[in-house]
Amino acid sequence: MIVLRCPYCQEERAEEELTCGGEWGVERPPPDKASDMQWTEYLYMRTNRKGLQHELWCCSAGCGQWFKVARHTVTHEVTEVLRL
Amino acid sequence: MAGFRLPVVSHCLQAMVSEPIRPVLGHTVLSPATGVYINQTQKGELVMGSVLDLYGSYGQRGTFCTIEKTITSVVEMFPAFAQTRLMRHWAGIVDVVPDSSPILGSTPIDNLYINCGWGTGGFKAIPAGGTVLAHSLATGHPHPLAQKFGLDRFRTNRLVDEGAASGIAH
Repeated sequence: MIVLRCPYCQEERAEEELTCGGEWGVERPPPDKASDMQWTEYLYMRTNRKGLQHELWCCSAGCGQWFKVARHTVTHEVTEVLRL
Repeated sequence: MAGFRLPVVSHCLQAMVSEPIRPVLGHTVLSPATGVYINQTQKGELVMGSVLDLYGSYGQRGTFCTIEKTITSVVEMFPAFAQTRLMRHWAGIVDVVPDSSPILGSTPIDNLYINCGWGTGGFKAIPAGGTVLAHSLATGHPHPLAQKFGLDRFRTNRLVDEGAASGIAH
């Protein structure tokens, strides 16, 4: 079970109290200039890394803040929890 | 590895089996409210499962919170099962696509074809999946059944919402 300490409210929360927002670094392209391929990349395509992955998590049952987490997707070891 | 990305995220899906008991449940029961399903095997074991772990994972092992969530929902539906003991529990990795439908056919790389994204539902559908993939390999064109399931549907925004159509829990 994944347990993280929220870097904003400093409370320790189990995965039941958190929401994973997926991979870090998915950036919205400029709406007036983006090509179909850029939109497809933004909306759907993911790296789905096996190993250390940077992600967005939300303290959803607590203070509601989003923060950045470095987590290993096989061992679930968390090496970094940072404010945005 | 091949230089292109897919709209796939790997998730952990858990299931568990009770000790065998006499026949009590003649069909599969799924609760859309909790996402929990249960059926009894011919050996008498109760097979139970529920929702995905909602974060990307390649760790093929379970978590107590999911076991608890699943068992709580099962016991709410069938209080009589509360005394049954759990015998086995396991977790597998499923490849989940935004529209819960498989991706079949060609890729941006010449002569590289894919057959993936079956999520939690591939076990029963894969004979048909193999047939339509073989058709692509042999002819270079998608099988009529697979035409709508190409990787290009994400660019053309013509998703196939199998999740809504079949009422799957996730």
